[in-house]
Amino acid sequence: MNMLMETVVVLLILTNLMLLGTSRLFACIRLVAFQGVVLGCLPVLVHSGHVGARAVGLAVGTILLKGVVFPRLLFRALREANIRREVDPFVGYSVSIFAGILALAVSIWTTRHLTIPGPGVSTLIFPVSLFTILVGLFHIVSRRTAISQVLGYLVLENGIYTFAVVIVGEVPLMVELGVLLDIYVAVFVMGITIYHINREFDHIDADQLDSLKG
Amino acid sequence: MSLFFVGIGVLLVGGLLSAAAGRNGPWSGRLGALGAVVGCGLALAPAVGVLGTGVALESRLPWPMPGGSFRVEIDALSAFFLLPILALSALAAVYGTGYLRPAPRPPGAHWLYYNALVAGMALTVAARNGILFLIAWETMTLASFFLVTYDHQKESVREAGWIYMVATHLGTAFLLALFLLLQKSSGSLDFDRLEPGTHAGLLFVLAVLGFGTKAGFLPLHVWLPEAHPAAPSHVSALMSGVMIKTGIYGLVRILTLLGPPPLWWGWLLVGIGATSGILGVLFALAQHDLKRLLAYHSVENIGIIALGLGLGVLGVASGSHTLAVLGFAGGLLHVANHAAFKGLLFLGAGAVLHATGAREIDHLGGLQKKMPWTAGCFLVGAAAISGLPPLNGFVSEFLIYLGAFRAVSGLGTGVAVPAIAVIGSLALIGGLAAACFSKAYGMVFLGEARSGHAEHAHDPGGAMVAPMLVLAAACAAIGLAGPWVVRAIGPAIAALAGPGDLPETGLLGRVSLGAGAFLALAALLAFLRSRLLAGRRVGAAATWGCGYAAPSPRMQYTASSYAQPLTDLLRLFLRTRKHLRQPGGYFPGPSSLETETPDVCRDRIFEPVFRGFGWVLARLNWLQVGQVHLYVLYIALTLLALLIWRLH
Repeated sequence: MNMLMETVVVLLILTNLMLLGTSRLFACIRLVAFQGVVLGCLPVLVHSGHVGARAVGLAVGTILLKGVVFPRLLFRALREANIRREVDPFVGYSVSIFAGILALAVSIWTTRHLTIPGPGVSTLIFPVSLFTILVGLFHIVSRRTAISQVLGYLVLENGIYTFAVVIVGEVPLMVELGVLLDIYVAVFVMGITIYHINREFDHIDADQLDSLKG
Repeated sequence: MSLFFVGIGVLLVGGLLSAAAGRNGPWSGRLGALGAVVGCGLALAPAVGVLGTGVALESRLPWPMPGGSFRVEIDALSAFFLLPILALSALAAVYGTGYLRPAPRPPGAHWLYYNALVAGMALTVAARNGILFLIAWETMTLASFFLVTYDHQKESVREAGWIYMVATHLGTAFLLALFLLLQKSSGSLDFDRLEPGTHAGLLFVLAVLGFGTKAGFLPLHVWLPEAHPAAPSHVSALMSGVMIKTGIYGLVRILTLLGPPPLWWGWLLVGIGATSGILGVLFALAQHDLKRLLAYHSVENIGIIALGLGLGVLGVASGSHTLAVLGFAGGLLHVANHAAFKGLLFLGAGAVLHATGAREIDHLGGLQKKMPWTAGCFLVGAAAISGLPPLNGFVSEFLIYLGAFRAVSGLGTGVAVPAIAVIGSLALIGGLAAACFSKAYGMVFLGEARSGHAEHAHDPGGAMVAPMLVLAAACAAIGLAGPWVVRAIGPAIAALAGPGDLPETGLLGRVSLGAGAFLALAALLAFLRSRLLAGRRVGAAATWGCGYAAPSPRMQYTASSYAQPLTDLLRLFLRTRKHLRQPGGYFPGPSSLETETPDVCRDRIFEPVFRGFGWVLARLNWLQVGQVHLYVLYIALTLLALLIWRLH
């Protein structure tokens, strides 16, 4: 079991770093979807020993939503916007990867100073969840297209999800479903918004949407 | 108790169904109003029961809200406030079905917010937990904001909506501070466990500011004269008649929680009451817009209520049970009375607006002959609000007078001075209110039509007339049955003044007797007149023709000219602006006179303050770059810095 957890941790780190170094948006979506599928397995892995029906249900729901539904929505938005690459981001790809490694270091340093309650599942899972959160934020900040921001948001949520599943384990089902529904609606709305932004302005560059500034 | 919840549920379901009915306008309106009427009726039953038996109903539902608990209780005080809230809401809903026809668009959203407002008000007065209270309070505020902005295509309506929104949120900010302090000193937000701690005075001032904004104490009243005219008339009736009373409810509820009051709380309330009452009626006198005039009268009546409550607090603080009972009885009864006659007056003004399309008093005139039902109801309301017997306004003001005269001697100067202030200001308010309503009624309903608007007016349909008739009957009934009404609300008074018997119901009985005799005399005179005129020729001439050969409507008094002696006398406070082009020279050209009376508090206090805030905030504008990336960066950096700083 612990072996599997370590694999999850490694996969998370790798997907995060790859996301930072990828310019093709279709590949980015695929990466985030893959990350979602990996995370979907977490509830089952955390409960070493018996696996309840609830954990399985949650795993299946997460995998379906993050691995199938979101990517489809985003692929559609992308095709409709007719955009393939993130051209000219604010921060270049190699610098992004370095920033990612720096974020990993910061997360490890931070979690070392945190006192984390509950059984230690894996010493690396907490720094990596924080790392995922930071990567998500960095992705939102450093990319230009609206679709990248949606992806950053999803990665950020993945980080929070990892942290929550591992640390609490026993989150009430309602809360979990609520969070899933939340992001489902968020991605849905963002997909529609991107489509409309593109139709209205012929681009989805969020940095040019500042006409409401006071 | 379950009836109360069922009533609230019916209200909300009715609103949702109405919204769902969407494009089908007539059904949408019917469903919404039906939900409001049935829901109010169901929720009324427990309130009436509590006032009758004096036994409080209580209920506690599970609620996973940190710091909150879904504790709801209907005691005598809550029941007393529920009564006018639910009754007026049901009546105004019936009126609304007529008023919103012909509608520019399907009324579904309107009914959704209307029912949410009613449910919010009912829950506000029944909540027994700080968080639940604030949630109900904000539901009420937001719902009423959307109701005020019903005609949002108009620029002026949108502006009024924003003023209301800002004012009411400022008030809520004070309430948040109040409840946070209470939470800190007592460790819980359940009302029965609240402890004021050592700073009860500060808490009281916060309550006065927070609840006073909703109630409309001067100078926090600025939203009333903007929001009431902007809203549809039945909504104005609801807001002015009962919604602002939730502020009064909050204040008296906090009074019961803060322990024995010191004397200065009473002085503060009397001072606020006197300024709100006198300045409110003065500004009303100078208005030309019928609904704006009524809105300023709400400020005046809130002032009268505050005078009564102030006397009650003085009574409790000085240990005089009689004074406490008389003050609180007058104040509380005026809450119900104002709901009846102000609701009636706004509905009447709405009928006039609906029939003529004009709110300007100077465009109306002569409507009594064309809209006899509306005119009759409006006259009853006008007499009641002026505090004339045999109507209800007199009873509550009489109780306050009685209390003040009791307090003048024997309780020390600390009570006598405010009592004298109460007597003086109440007398002044009464006189000015009578002047103001003789103007409003005279200009709108008497004389001749001043413009084409008023010429083709006619009474509205039954759905609009019936609620007005009910309210007029309520005004008369409370006026005639004074002693019984005071006895019926006895438990609510005792909740504030402490247990004990109710004095002076005997004197009120004589008032009722006198009023009955007066009515009998009036009926006798009317009978005699009809007998004497029978079989004689009765001629009709132009009103106020003054014997001229060819009188024209332009020769009548106008609203400004009627009020001019008083407004000139009090120009120190009013600051009426006159734009005068006098005729001059041997061949006088065109001349004109216009007067306008803007709100002094808004112009002199709030505008400069808000401009100052705007200046300061403009200095921070460089932070706003308009790019989401950078905003997220701000947040991320802040969080990271906080995390590292905390762990370091």
